[in-house]
Amino acid sequence: MKILLITEQRDGKLSKGSFETLAAAQQIAQQTKGTLLGVVMGKGVASLADELAGFQLDEVLLVEHDLLEKYTPDGFTLALRQVIESAKPDLILLPHTYQVRDFAPKLAASLGKGMIGDCIAYRHENGKLIFVRQMFQGRTAADVVFAGDAPWIATFQAGAFRADLAAKHASGKAPVKPVNVDLKPEQIRTKPLELFREAKQAVDLTQAPILISIGRGIKAPENIPMAEKLAKAMGGEICASRPICDEGWLPMDRQIGSSGQTVAPKLYFALGISGAIQHVVGMKGSRTIAAINKDQNAPIFEVADYGIVGDLFEIVPAIVEELEKAK
Amino acid sequence: MKQVPAKDAPLAIIEGAVWIRESDIGFETNEPDGYALEEALRLKEKHGGEVVAISMGPERSKQTIKEALAKGADRGIHVADNEFHKLDPLNSARSLAAAIKNENFDLILTGLQSDDQGFGQTGVLLAELLGRPHATIIMAIEVVDGRMKLKRELEAGWFQWVELPLPAVLSIQSGINKPRYATLKGIMAAKKKEIATVDRASLGMPDSPTQRVERIYVPQKTKKTEFITGQPKEIAAKLIEKLKHEARVL
Repeated sequence: MKILLITEQRDGKLSKGSFETLAAAQQIAQQTKGTLLGVVMGKGVASLADELAGFQLDEVLLVEHDLLEKYTPDGFTLALRQVIESAKPDLILLPHTYQVRDFAPKLAASLGKGMIGDCIAYRHENGKLIFVRQMFQGRTAADVVFAGDAPWIATFQAGAFRADLAAKHASGKAPVKPVNVDLKPEQIRTKPLELFREAKQAVDLTQAPILISIGRGIKAPENIPMAEKLAKAMGGEICASRPICDEGWLPMDRQIGSSGQTVAPKLYFALGISGAIQHVVGMKGSRTIAAINKDQNAPIFEVADYGIVGDLFEIVPAIVEELEKAK
Repeated sequence: MKQVPAKDAPLAIIEGAVWIRESDIGFETNEPDGYALEEALRLKEKHGGEVVAISMGPERSKQTIKEALAKGADRGIHVADNEFHKLDPLNSARSLAAAIKNENFDLILTGLQSDDQGFGQTGVLLAELLGRPHATIIMAIEVVDGRMKLKRELEAGWFQWVELPLPAVLSIQSGINKPRYATLKGIMAAKKKEIATVDRASLGMPDSPTQRVERIYVPQKTKKTEFITGQPKEIAAKLIEKLKHEARVL
């Protein structure tokens, strides 16, 4: 199988997701006795192509153009279509980032093909590739296979593979081949403007050893002081899943997950959090995870070390009381 | 807009293991789509025009359209398909594109992704199929002289402003606004609003799947969870004991 890995770069660096997906692509190439090509795209990114060439790949394609300096869905799609039409890969792999989800379905549709997005794993069985993705907010997993002719496009979720397992090149370096693409300014309909950060993050949750995190199960903002009491009693910070910050019950800078902060504290205590993938990717690296949820099938229990199925409005005050008693 | 199983609905995987039993669970409007509807209603209030709510799915998905009409949408289009869940993202989008092509909408809004299948592709695919520019994960929309200035959310707390010409397709980020509730007056008014039904089969879309779900299942645990049971007081004591002496994190 001929595999094309499309990397992502920003600020002069290949992203972590690029190396995670590289690790997956190397594994698939090995299992299918195939070849692996890597794409580095942008402007002034030759050094990144060189860096990628140090890993186990057959070839690195360096795609540079003035109109690829800033990301636009039109520019990236048009350029990659040309790369795909000349390289003719069977399988195209990308990291599932906000940028990729913005253009990869368009790229697939422009080729008349489908994309299996946000995969957490794959299996190679009897010569067939089966991709695993989550459905129902992580409450079920699904095995998905491609139908129809190649090329097939799949994206892998952050953390699905380990970046440090990407193998270095066995004999020096893979060749880097510049690929010319034809792009015209009038083909690009989006005008990208400045990047900015909303506000300096007031709390750096990544440094907190203990995090008490609240989800929808907290039900109303009036109940947040209960969780804050627990945070105080445990000596931790309070944080939340996205819906709580969307509601404005806690500020956005307290959000954990794909659109918020990624944390790995000593203890992560999830109160009324179902454990949707967007949340779990931000906290699954925690050393110890405890969770209270009324639904015993909540996906948060898949990553929890300690699980409590029950009413958090009864259990949390009991824990606070117990902790205070011990003092 | 999509109708999905209610958040707390018990999910039973049906025989053949490619979908869930729908007969005894509740359904609700996909939450991310509610933010897209709210944004559409606000744009209409500011700039005039008409809001049309579209949903594809079995008969029950008309309820999602009715709720949109009650909140202020002007009319609805129901693309009827009892086996909608079998469609892959590209074929769903092809059907939606075919159903709305002649409407020539200035702006098409979608939610970020659905809470059931979670493909998160529909908006981007519609844009490509209809030949429109698009932007996703939108946190603010300003319209000036037929162009839009949009605030896109990027990762790790970054944002970006982008400009797009109209007509266009936008996928809205959840949390962009506070969706309104339907008023009693709105619910009454909705009864007189039109819902056009288009049978998906009548669109003449070829059956050419790009992917197939072989099996859905409850995922295997990656960690062994120790469940703590008892009365709240006992649970509290046991948990603290374990956090202190077993995990050593307290």
